[in-house]
Amino acid sequence: MSDAVSKTGRWIDLANPTRFLSLAGGILPWLGGLTVLVLAIGFWMSMNAPDDYQQGSTVKIMFIHVPFAWLSMMCYTIMSVAALGTLVWRHPLADVSAKAAAPIGAVFTALALITGSLWGKPMWGTWWVWDARLTSVFVLFLMYLGIIALTRAMDDPAKSARATAILTLVGFINIPIIKFSVDWWNTLHQPASVLRMGGSTLDQSYLRPLLVMAIGFTLLFFTLHLMAMRNEIWRRRVTAMRRVAARSADRGTVS
Amino acid sequence: MISHTGFVLASYGAAIIVLAALIGWIFIDQRSQRQALQELESRGVRRRSETKMDNAS
Repeated sequence: MSDAVSKTGRWIDLANPTRFLSLAGGILPWLGGLTVLVLAIGFWMSMNAPDDYQQGSTVKIMFIHVPFAWLSMMCYTIMSVAALGTLVWRHPLADVSAKAAAPIGAVFTALALITGSLWGKPMWGTWWVWDARLTSVFVLFLMYLGIIALTRAMDDPAKSARATAILTLVGFINIPIIKFSVDWWNTLHQPASVLRMGGSTLDQSYLRPLLVMAIGFTLLFFTLHLMAMRNEIWRRRVTAMRRVAARSADRGTVS
Repeated sequence: MISHTGFVLASYGAAIIVLAALIGWIFIDQRSQRQALQELESRGVRRRSETKMDNAS
């Protein structure tokens, strides 16, 4: 009982930006170190994976392409939850979380598109096709850019928070479309082979490096997200303090 | 089989360059916000919530 109380207490404490800052400061060095370690192991495993009998060495591109694509969708899902946090619970950090995540999500989506293209050229014979999967991921990239623009369009973060949250939630419809596009439509992109009913069809020698790389990049995402959230809280403090300073300077000249 | 090493290197290279740019941007942002906070604090500027606490005590 007392355990449950203290746990909820800690969870609510996260709503306090000052508490969040001290918590992030404690976690970040460990999270950053773990990220570097897991990515280093994942990179070593990827380089030592055997060449595929059909794809040759380009199978190594999959060890980064697939995590980037997963993370592009995970980041948008986190932003959608944050949007609910802004609109429903009015959590003070929800908007900070969404704004900080958007550029990171855009980068992972861009990398998924770039690495996919670099795999497509030797394997499909083309850099790009407008099939359902590629097009829906490209739309996701554009959504990220729109959200980034909107979060920075207004001086007052409270005003842009609501508009951004609504846009983010409307755009969430794209996430199941991306996930199931390979089943619903006849795409050049292959259907799911790791997260599918009936288990993964990947061989262990490819599945293991892929999973380690996926964990590594997920850790990288959370490290960068925490850092960007901390920067955003500091930025808002600087703005608030400059306003206070300007007001007291005004008073100084009047009196 | 034709060697596709160039495509593999380009993929990993692009990932490293783009991620390095993102990480660099976050670190530069962190430094500039920290410097601005320190500068304001050294001028004795307080946030409203802090001044309220000062008055209450």
